[in-house]
Amino acid sequence: MNAFWIATLGTSVVAFALKYSGHSVPERWLSHPKIQRVNALIPIALLSALVSVQSFTDKTTLVVDQRIVGLAVAITALLLKAPFPVVVVSAAVSSAIVYNIF
Amino acid sequence: MSVSITVGAYGVAFGAAAVANGFSVLQACLLSLLTFSGASQFAVVGVIGAGGSSISAIATASLLGTRNALYGVIMAPRLRVKGLKRVLAAQITIDESTGVALGQEQRGDEAVQKGFWYTGIGVFVFWNLFTLAGALGAQAMGDVRSFGLDSAVPAAFLGLLWPRLTSRSEKFLAIICAVFAVVMTPILPAGLPIIATAFIAIAIGLRR
Repeated sequence: MNAFWIATLGTSVVAFALKYSGHSVPERWLSHPKIQRVNALIPIALLSALVSVQSFTDKTTLVVDQRIVGLAVAITALLLKAPFPVVVVSAAVSSAIVYNIF
Repeated sequence: MSVSITVGAYGVAFGAAAVANGFSVLQACLLSLLTFSGASQFAVVGVIGAGGSSISAIATASLLGTRNALYGVIMAPRLRVKGLKRVLAAQITIDESTGVALGQEQRGDEAVQKGFWYTGIGVFVFWNLFTLAGALGAQAMGDVRSFGLDSAVPAAFLGLLWPRLTSRSEKFLAIICAVFAVVMTPILPAGLPIIATAFIAIAIGLRR
């Protein structure tokens, strides 16, 4: 079994275990304000890290390529309150144009 | 309806991202069927795509999945289901179903339950259909960079992140983590720079 299969199935098992545990444990275990706050902050940290790593790295090296244009366009679209599909498509199109021209 | 269209767009983006990062169409579809949690799925694909190990991919995705456990805690006393129905309810406990259900709170328990089940099942169907479409589409493309898919993935993460940035301290955390992960990439093994940012979040969350 290769890394892709382990990641696919492992993630699925843990994801369901987390969902089911929430439905099964007593409410007071997880309703502590500090847990709630950490829970709100973790996605912000991980998603920010994923945005930057996916934009500025290639394996273990730092690179600046056509993706920076896509990222800039995506940020602009979000600042203009564009809906999600517009954000993704405009990022993809601008990045593709730069990649194909240069 | 607007929820469905947005979910469909995310689904296409996920399917395409998965295939662009080396996952097969079958694996992309299994992630959507079994994991069924957008941010976690994108994370698996993102970490593996960045050269991370399967363990770091699972760990990152699971840290993103912890919020579903808290949604379960909120929903369980409102749904009051047991056995197989609880298994099904758990599987569709995500941002959208919980959000819509809680939006119905003033209209009584029955409206909450309806909102949860309809949204959860609807999103499940759309998410999986559009994952398949996106995965097949990306497979047909060949060089994903010439279609800009390498930028679609970070843009999708950014789209998931943006609505969560409501306060100044959250924006500050986002920038710190983004910079930290990139700076650490040449130093730490792939995948770890991303997971490490979760500990920054935990440290900040517990401190205040």
